[in-house]
Amino acid sequence: MISLIINGKSHKVDVTPDVPLLWVIREYLKLTGTKYGCGIGMCGSCTVHIDGKAQRSCQISAGDAQGKKITTIEGIPEDHPVKKAWIKEQVPQCGYCQPGQIMQAIAFISEKPDPTDEEIVSAMNGNLCRCGTYPYIKSAIKLAARGGK
Amino acid sequence: MKKTITRREFLKKSMTGAGLAIAVMATPSGFKILSAEEVRKEPPSFSPSVWLHITPDNLVTIVVNKSEMGQGVYTSLPMVLADELDADWKQVRLKVAPADKKYNDPAWGRQLTGGSTSIKHMCQPLRIAGAAAREMLMKAAAEAWSVAEDRCEVRKGVVEYAAGKKQLSFGKLVSRASRLPVPQSPSLKKESMFTFIGMPMARLDIPDKTNGRAKYGIDTFVPNMLYAVLSRPPSYGAKPLSFDKDAAIKIRGVHSVVAIPRGVAVCADTVDAAWKGRDALNVRWDKGVDPNLSNETLDKAFTADLAKKGLIGKSSGDFQKAFEKAATRHEMIFDLPYLYHATMEPMNCTASVRKDRCEIWVPTQFQTAVLGLTEKETGLKPEQISVHTTYLGGGFGRRSEVDVVEEAVQISKVIGKPVKVLWKREEDVKNGFYRPGTSTKAAGGLDEKGRLVAWFHRIVCPSIFSRAMPAAMKNNIDPAAMDCLSDLEYEVPNLEVEYVRIDTPVPVGFWRSVGASHNGFTIESFVDEMAHLAKKDPLEFRLGLLKGRKRASRVLETVAEKAGWSKPVRKGEGRGISWVLAFGTYVAQVAEVSVDKKSGSIRVHRVVCAVDCGPVVNPAILTAQMRGGIIMGLSAALKERMNFSKGGVESSNFDDYPLIRMNEVPEIEVHIIKSTDAQSGAGEPGLPPIAPAVANAVFNATGIRIRNLPMLPDRVKEAMGKA
Repeated sequence: MISLIINGKSHKVDVTPDVPLLWVIREYLKLTGTKYGCGIGMCGSCTVHIDGKAQRSCQISAGDAQGKKITTIEGIPEDHPVKKAWIKEQVPQCGYCQPGQIMQAIAFISEKPDPTDEEIVSAMNGNLCRCGTYPYIKSAIKLAARGGK
Repeated sequence: MKKTITRREFLKKSMTGAGLAIAVMATPSGFKILSAEEVRKEPPSFSPSVWLHITPDNLVTIVVNKSEMGQGVYTSLPMVLADELDADWKQVRLKVAPADKKYNDPAWGRQLTGGSTSIKHMCQPLRIAGAAAREMLMKAAAEAWSVAEDRCEVRKGVVEYAAGKKQLSFGKLVSRASRLPVPQSPSLKKESMFTFIGMPMARLDIPDKTNGRAKYGIDTFVPNMLYAVLSRPPSYGAKPLSFDKDAAIKIRGVHSVVAIPRGVAVCADTVDAAWKGRDALNVRWDKGVDPNLSNETLDKAFTADLAKKGLIGKSSGDFQKAFEKAATRHEMIFDLPYLYHATMEPMNCTASVRKDRCEIWVPTQFQTAVLGLTEKETGLKPEQISVHTTYLGGGFGRRSEVDVVEEAVQISKVIGKPVKVLWKREEDVKNGFYRPGTSTKAAGGLDEKGRLVAWFHRIVCPSIFSRAMPAAMKNNIDPAAMDCLSDLEYEVPNLEVEYVRIDTPVPVGFWRSVGASHNGFTIESFVDEMAHLAKKDPLEFRLGLLKGRKRASRVLETVAEKAGWSKPVRKGEGRGISWVLAFGTYVAQVAEVSVDKKSGSIRVHRVVCAVDCGPVVNPAILTAQMRGGIIMGLSAALKERMNFSKGGVESSNFDDYPLIRMNEVPEIEVHIIKSTDAQSGAGEPGLPPIAPAVANAVFNATGIRIRNLPMLPDRVKEAMGKA
């Protein structure tokens, strides 16, 4: 049995500790907002917050995530400035990578509330988007950083 | 706000007959419009599709028969219907069509999303459905009030009389309206009357996608389902020699091992158990159909075929004679790689096959093929099969294939339980239907005045259509291989286009913009090279070959003006232009680049794009599609190439098949041309012009012609070293 704290709730899961956190979140707990993209930490689709920091959930085992505070896209309030900016800027196309993009952006903005373009690029460069929504992601991050104005 | 309704809710509404439902069907003599009552009377074989259902709860439910893969159809298609209906956008709900021939694309007779056709094919029937319902609601209100119909108006889901003296909502009118005869030629709005069409309406799917609520195929859960993962042949055509079934079964959670034509499947209660079981299988494979297949053997085969005479795809005048007489002659060869779709959501499908029923959940572009395959595999009739189209985490043509559906259906049928087949990224990379690799030889001749008088274009290209849709082959010529060539707009007196079909074990398929993705590059590179030889400005040279081609000239002139073509470029930078007609849409682009001489890496700073796709439904979605197409095209142009070795695919994941990231994305400006010409699509045509625009800009900056893609730094550096 593994114990995980996700979005403020405690979950007991019957899974071996070596299984990546991603699959426990998605396929055991059915929090499907967190997406599988590559399994090797190259795309960022599976990004969640672990103790407030953006992490690739495919790269950490369920065992190692025990006792840590995990937040997924479902745990971010709908009126969060980043989510609101994503809607205002109409970022998603297919939308599959977007929860990971948003989780990455939220952690980044909380550390850098007034980012430069270069800082945005360097923070977001690990997140792939095949639809090519990158320009919209950039605008949404700037909008959220400006407090939605 | 919840914008979709469930199948159960919709069926309940439809079956009870409450409300007003409008069906539109394509007939040889035009569209026929029917009410729900008339639909029920139709024989099943003649059953038309219901596109619109207005219910007493004042909701307007619009059925969308196209798959949402990011291109915005779940917004743009409801927009056109709601506009003609004069609905309130807030009362509009969306229903995803089931797989059913009733919901076939009327122009194609198939339920398929592709070819940038959703707006082009669906706009008219949806507008007609909306307009017919609007007329019926007006008539119903006029009757209820005993007033003249022409004094009634519809505004935001409400019928009004005498400027608002009397008002009735759609919901209150549907019962009376549903008893009225259906108008057969409702009048459609003029452009000046549009309320939604032409407006940048916010997408209906974005709130769910932003909050992680949107359900993709991979998010499907069915009671009692097992996970199924496959061990797959490492080389093309390889068959399993042996595998250790017992070792797999011993893994806790593993339920069964099933050999199917595409590999050996392990089914388990959990996905991790399935993968552990697959590792334990230890499959030994035979060598496959071509164990030596590699980049080198493929290159050799393409090069050898480039020397062969091809089938004539298009010809005018006498190329050979004109070429021999030409004052200036120039020949060039282009080599383009196989490309991977890289949908962010890997292939997956959930299927539940029972004796008398089958249910499938799949992110698919091609419902008709899913249905056909399932009928064949299960022996069930279409009415016993339900296909649920989920959101697609990217499509780009890859999801017009039904290989993963075949796997899920075959496995579920054998084990008698629902299964979710899930591919890892590595399986997705290695088991694609790739954009064909191509080799092209082009030759051009100029007369003494620098006019292009002779043009030869021979393309060696594997055939997509001979496998995917054989009926579309024309005299053994694959129409995709002839994209942009068969409908070439450049006026050249002596032209010869040849097609050489090459067959290799590598499967090929439809990749966003299909043949335009390679032919757009070779044509626009060729023309640019000829312009340079003719000592003419690349824009002027193109316009000179496009006399009387109004739309092509207009996109080029627009993009040139917006990009400041006549002004000098910044020091150290180069500027290139190109345009491509794809799927009826004209797109021109100007790219501004610089090249790092030390590393050979290309930096694209700015792209200006002009697009003419006829009347626009949603300019925000169109702009997003242009930007997305440019970025995907730039990714391919700069980085992407499938690698093959040892008889199979060598590439495996995003570490060895890199995609473009935010740091390489340029500023992109999109200019939409106000056009009243034929309406066409936006999903694909933004992609093809970017590669030649960048290559032409690299030439402008460095004097180096890059004829092979991708434009990797090493290649650029090597070319600069030779110059």
